[in-house]
Amino acid sequence: MTATGIGAPVRRKEDQRFVTGQGRYVDDFNRPGQAYAYFLRSPHAHATIRSIDTGPAAIMPGVIAIFTGDDLAADKIGGLICGWMIHSKDGSPMKAGPHPALAQGKVRYVGDHVAVVIAETLAQAKDAAEAIVVDYDMLPAIADTAQATKASVQVHEVSPDNTVFNWHLGNKDETEAAFARAKHVTTIDLVNNRLVPNALEPRAAVGEYDPGTDNYTLYTTSQNPHVARLVLSAFIGVAPEHKLRVIAPDVGGGFGSKIFIYAEETVCVWAAKKVKRPVKWTSDRSEAFLSDAHGRDHVTHAEMATDENGKIIGLRVHTIANLGAYLSTFSSSVPTYLYAPLLSGQYDIPAIYCEVDGVYTNTAPVDAYRGAGRPEATFVVERLVEKAARELGQDPAEFRRKNYITQFPHATPVIMTYDTGDYAASLDKALELADYKNFQQRKQDSALRGKLRGIGFSSYIEACGIAPSQAVGSLGAGVGLWESAEVRVNPTGSVEVLTGSHSHGQGHETTFAQLVSDRLGIPIDQVSIVHGDTDKVQFGMGTYGSRSGAVGMSAIAKAIDKVIAKGKKVAAHVLEASEGDIEFKDGRFGVAGTDRSLAFGEVALQAYIAHKFSGQDLEPGLKEGAFYDPTNFTFPAGVHICEVEIDPDTGVTKIERWTAVDDFGVIINPMIVEGQVHGGIAQGVGQALLEGAVYDQSGQLITASFNDYCMPRAIDLPSFQVGMTVTPCPSNPLGIKGCGEAGAIAAPPAVINAITDALGHEDIAMPATPQAVWRAAQKANMPMAAE
Amino acid sequence: MYAFEYHRPTSVKEAASLAGQAEDMKFLAGGHTLLPTMKLRLAGPANLIDLGQIAELRGIERAGDALTIGAMMKHGEVANSAEVKQAVPALAEMAELIGDPHVRNRGTIGGSIANNDPSADYPAACLALNATIVTNQRKIAADDFFQGIFTTALEEGEIITHVSFPIPSQAAYAKFRNPASRYALVGVFVAKHADGVRVAVTGAGSNGVFRVQEMEQALSANFTPDALNGIVVAEDEMNSDIHADAAYRAHLVGVMARRAVEAATRA
Repeated sequence: MTATGIGAPVRRKEDQRFVTGQGRYVDDFNRPGQAYAYFLRSPHAHATIRSIDTGPAAIMPGVIAIFTGDDLAADKIGGLICGWMIHSKDGSPMKAGPHPALAQGKVRYVGDHVAVVIAETLAQAKDAAEAIVVDYDMLPAIADTAQATKASVQVHEVSPDNTVFNWHLGNKDETEAAFARAKHVTTIDLVNNRLVPNALEPRAAVGEYDPGTDNYTLYTTSQNPHVARLVLSAFIGVAPEHKLRVIAPDVGGGFGSKIFIYAEETVCVWAAKKVKRPVKWTSDRSEAFLSDAHGRDHVTHAEMATDENGKIIGLRVHTIANLGAYLSTFSSSVPTYLYAPLLSGQYDIPAIYCEVDGVYTNTAPVDAYRGAGRPEATFVVERLVEKAARELGQDPAEFRRKNYITQFPHATPVIMTYDTGDYAASLDKALELADYKNFQQRKQDSALRGKLRGIGFSSYIEACGIAPSQAVGSLGAGVGLWESAEVRVNPTGSVEVLTGSHSHGQGHETTFAQLVSDRLGIPIDQVSIVHGDTDKVQFGMGTYGSRSGAVGMSAIAKAIDKVIAKGKKVAAHVLEASEGDIEFKDGRFGVAGTDRSLAFGEVALQAYIAHKFSGQDLEPGLKEGAFYDPTNFTFPAGVHICEVEIDPDTGVTKIERWTAVDDFGVIINPMIVEGQVHGGIAQGVGQALLEGAVYDQSGQLITASFNDYCMPRAIDLPSFQVGMTVTPCPSNPLGIKGCGEAGAIAAPPAVINAITDALGHEDIAMPATPQAVWRAAQKANMPMAAE
Repeated sequence: MYAFEYHRPTSVKEAASLAGQAEDMKFLAGGHTLLPTMKLRLAGPANLIDLGQIAELRGIERAGDALTIGAMMKHGEVANSAEVKQAVPALAEMAELIGDPHVRNRGTIGGSIANNDPSADYPAACLALNATIVTNQRKIAADDFFQGIFTTALEEGEIITHVSFPIPSQAAYAKFRNPASRYALVGVFVAKHADGVRVAVTGAGSNGVFRVQEMEQALSANFTPDALNGIVVAEDEMNSDIHADAAYRAHLVGVMARRAVEAATRA
């Protein structure tokens, strides 16, 4: 390992500009003649729009134009799309209602887009929006996930009972048989609470149109600018693909919420041409709460069957998944193929059957949020396993160990084939780091102080590196999920890597450069990573699903191999040797068995001056591209152990210890990986203890600001004990599994298992707020401090 | 934010005069409630009179048995004041618990009291410490000043100049934060004076800050945590929201009162 190569904790190259305020985010781009867009949003969860009178607003100071859904329709601008087709059990396609960028006749959630005002200043746009008169005919609304199909309210005409799909996976008959012969059945009812993503940087868009060239440019907060361009051109139809440049510059966090193609960027590109001015929109935090796609929101009933030996023999799950008022870009895949295939967890479960009812409600669209389906699956499995162990009187660690998969590859009953792993190794290491053997002593010490201590496990698994294009295509994806890379070597030997991955906090400029430095033997500062601009990078699928290492870097590795192969040809000519005798090692091309060699930079120069070879024999230049399509998902897995202490007087839960032992395969930069683990756990703890989006019965978002929506703060978190085990991933050339989502997937059940352990009963929902824990502690008849 | 006229007087007299002339006027102290409200277009005063340049509204002074704090003193200044720490350490500790460093470096005691947010900390301190709110027109006892949620005895255009606190023999504040906003879900300020104990509760009451007579009587007879045994506050007078319903708040009043007395008697 070199100081900057694979495995080195290289300081992040990008942090210099981020921490000194030199980052350039979408809102930092101001174009000549720029105007400002402000969206008038529905104050009602469900209403018919009788009329919109923009007349008084249109003549207000600074107003350039006001557009409604009618204007988009007149220009034949299509609606927003859902790019993953799910079929119900009966074979029928999911019921996708219309999703216009600006409402056409109806609004379906608070925050739905009614009209856009384009004005000289944002304040003028806001003033004018207040003067637009919308005549709403209020309709009853449904916000409750579990009640959605029973409500008399109908969100979309295509779905009379608000069902999007009734989907299933697994083997029903075998599962029924397993439950019939079970010695014990553990049952649980769970709510996976709805979350608001809250990236530090809110969404933003600047649309621009050049009438001279007929070119459009969109600056946008996107995790996948090429996908945005494809959707905006091929499906929504705002501009032809070859005429639309999409730039996603520095982006301040995504967590999934910036994968999707939203109304606002659609309107900004379209309106820029209409008003012949660049048009900027920047979300404020209030808008973000209302209109960023939310995450999770499942209601689940699950059962686990065990035999007389305490082996798990069956799992049966029924989930209602709230998809909100419209199907967001990848929403349908999240509670289906990103969820049910993970229900086997780390366990050898011969029979699994899962039914998922996707439902519409009058709430913000729900789509992928850090982990996307896999945290929901892990929560079901790990809560059930913990409860089963308690019911069977077994140690939760040993119950898990007994049921772990130990032979690989392992085909689960829910379509996944796990490639490799050593779950017991992670468990052993976690038990040691967590000092599990002395837990009872600590529990007694807490009791002496009137506190309740509990410990909770989470043996999570995730499917990442999404994913083989053929596989996802067969499951309904509208796109392939490969990645592209281009390695451009300059005559001076420096290297630019163009990648279809997109960094919005992950540190690609560092880790990707480490790979290049390692493989080409050149200093890391000789490497630049270029991403986020469709005019520079030809195509790419972007960053989500912990895929940039496993898929994006594998594409780079593939391109580097081609560069080295070409370099050998060049070196052979220069060194007057046969190509087969050229070896590339430690940054030098040499003739085997001799001391004749050329540095990488010398070969690069020779490739470009092309003096030593005929252009007919060998093309000049040194630039190679590659598309890499993985052969399988990757399967990061690990064990997290959470230890809490509860104050029964107030219900406050304090996390005393956190142990995370993860197997991410080969690690490029351990410092960045630890940072990802820390951030993921923070988000998972947020879900478990603090965060929860609450709509009231009328569909108003109660938790519409940080006053009521509680984000995790440093004080809510302990210092994390992070350990690693490594089984290299066999399905990609680098052995990488991915680490971006693990913490958020692992953490919630670990926290809730710890709290329920402390309380001595299972009855606690997320977020386990002080009020909820106090009430649960009372129910448990726990010893109270004297009052 | 809507457009407004901005005024920056340098004396209380000038501020009062401006207030008398200006239509639809608001005083701006630290602005940590008013400005966010204006940014959200939930408030749009035509005139904003910034009190930030008025020197006579500043200063902390101990004279005899009273501690006097200028209305424009920031929470951070109160928290770090040697005079406050020496005279009424519980008040400095309470100020240190308000918001975050940004809020403490902008928010003021006068602004907090004049706003009388039902979850603010200062109203509990004023009530328990039996403070006198001094304005440009009169002196108002804390018991008369706080009149319900966001409602005070202040007349239109009246300006708080100082707050005067009698120095208690023992005092402490126990705060249970709203997990999200970090305002007081329940905050209990307990102060022992020569003529008895005062107990004031913020965050919990459906009508804003209030005193708990039963606790005061018990603690006046016996200033120990156990004196509170068996005393419960009525649920039906408690606030209720998604973070804490009335029963939980009523319970927390008891827990926090006990912790405040523990802290006051430990000190």
